Amino acid sequence: MAVESHDLGSLERGLDALEVPVAAKQSPGRRIWRATWPKLVAVALFLGFWQFLIWIQWKPEYALASPEKTFSTLVDNWDVIAEAMWTTLRRGLQGYAMAIAVGVVIGAAVARIPVLRAGIGSMITGLQTMPSVAWYPLALLLFKLSEGAIFFVVVVGAAPAIANGLINGVDNINPVLLRAGKVLGAKRLDSVRYVILPAALPSFVGGLKQGWAFAWRSLLAGEIIGGIAGYSLGQQLAANRDLADAAGVQAVMIVLFVIGVLVDALVFGVAERKIRQRYGLIDAAAT
Amino acid sequence: MTRPSRGTALIGVDGTAPGASAPGAVPASTDYAARLMSTVRIDNVSKVYGVAGASTHALDDITLEVASGEFVCLLGASGCGKSTLLNLVAGLDRASAGTITVGDGAGETRTSLMFQESALFPWLTARGNVELPLKIRKFPKAQRRAKAMELLELVNLGGFADKLPHELSGGMRQRVALARALAQEADVLLMDEPFGALDAMTRDVLHEELERLWTESHLTVIFVTHNVREAIRLGDRVVLLTSRPGRIAEEYPISIPRPRRLDSPEVAELAAGITDRLKDEVRRHGR
Repeated sequence: MAVESHDLGSLERGLDALEVPVAAKQSPGRRIWRATWPKLVAVALFLGFWQFLIWIQWKPEYALASPEKTFSTLVDNWDVIAEAMWTTLRRGLQGYAMAIAVGVVIGAAVARIPVLRAGIGSMITGLQTMPSVAWYPLALLLFKLSEGAIFFVVVVGAAPAIANGLINGVDNINPVLLRAGKVLGAKRLDSVRYVILPAALPSFVGGLKQGWAFAWRSLLAGEIIGGIAGYSLGQQLAANRDLADAAGVQAVMIVLFVIGVLVDALVFGVAERKIRQRYGLIDAAAT
Repeated sequence: MTRPSRGTALIGVDGTAPGASAPGAVPASTDYAARLMSTVRIDNVSKVYGVAGASTHALDDITLEVASGEFVCLLGASGCGKSTLLNLVAGLDRASAGTITVGDGAGETRTSLMFQESALFPWLTARGNVELPLKIRKFPKAQRRAKAMELLELVNLGGFADKLPHELSGGMRQRVALARALAQEADVLLMDEPFGALDAMTRDVLHEELERLWTESHLTVIFVTHNVREAIRLGDRVVLLTSRPGRIAEEYPISIPRPRRLDSPEVAELAAGITDRLKDEVRRHGR
């Protein structure tokens, strides 16, 4: 028997060695470069096309400013733009935090309570398809010309996406995992903590990402049409348009674009990649 | 780390329990002896799915006793309700009629269940998975780490403790699942076709490993399979179930001495007889 189990051990080790996938590890530098260069090319192509439109004088200068003029405006007006940017970012984060709180509470309640699901489950999706700008007139009546109106619209815009991410995450848990949790003795809170929440995490983060996009759009829409006092990116866009200052409009748009790309890549991109790797949702060798 | 004491009555190869040698101090001595001898008692259990008129009889009047330390294989074609029976014993589902008693019925005896899919939590490492049942039972961190490592060593996976499930092969995942099931320190291990999805050599290895663990630990095992040879290879007793409704057709005590081989002539000969009986059962449904 001793000989047998020795044989078993070595046979098993052999099988294990053969069956474990061999993943070629890439250095982080190489990975970042591989993800970055196509983006740099895309930006260069875009700038080239923009410059081309200027050369052929497709539109007058007050309607479409050149890249050079836009970037020099960005540098010259940086004080104002930076102040506007911080205000907008602060509002965005504040509103987003509120949206997360509301979305999680609603999502958790709908996911776990059948009556609520029947009642408002489908309405959440309906809400999501409603353009959040449509809420502004009501928000302005409710909250006057204040940040409250903006937060209201941001929450209404973003919370459904966040709630939906959580609901879908809970709905799509592999039933085998729920059964395994039960077999292992996880009841109620333990089951939520050790099985349901971690299993729903990838979908929840997807909802957070979508929620941020909605929040950001709602916020800018509100700042543009809301007319709330003080510098903000939306207010800058509207003011520069009123002055027919195309370079000013474009400079603010570039700031918006850069913020969007950075948040997506650095916050959600990294989070999603980590989660997908952890959960085995992507081939580690392919990234 | 002591397991709750239980009657580790020695069982003959043919499944007969030793005589009622219980301490005579207890008045109802026959009851007491029966409790010592059988870990799982299934009394006249039926399971009906659906409503009257359109109901399916999954299990019909099953009576089965499994002695402590015994290895019983439930064998049957599709639709014999063998998985249903395991779920009932595991407490995942309720019987429509009859009673199931595990241990002395006082809740001291635990069951654990292994599925055909490993059902490992993809976000936890091999060790994290093995630790989870201990975490749920509030073991201190150091203790559950040590215990999990010990169990992984037991299934020869000590070197893979920090791997995620998707980084392991199917056979290795099932061994982690086995270690996780053992971490529950259950008295009864229920196995639902746990090796059904594995290749032949891996399955051979796992048979040997399971047999070794069972021999060393005095576990009681109820093992469901549709593979006749696998049942004979592993079981002290093979219980053949009919399909729709699931009833006990025949019980075969297996007296072939261990260690057995899947491809030995004795196993093959016995398998031929049982397979014929199983085929007759299946044919009945074609008429």
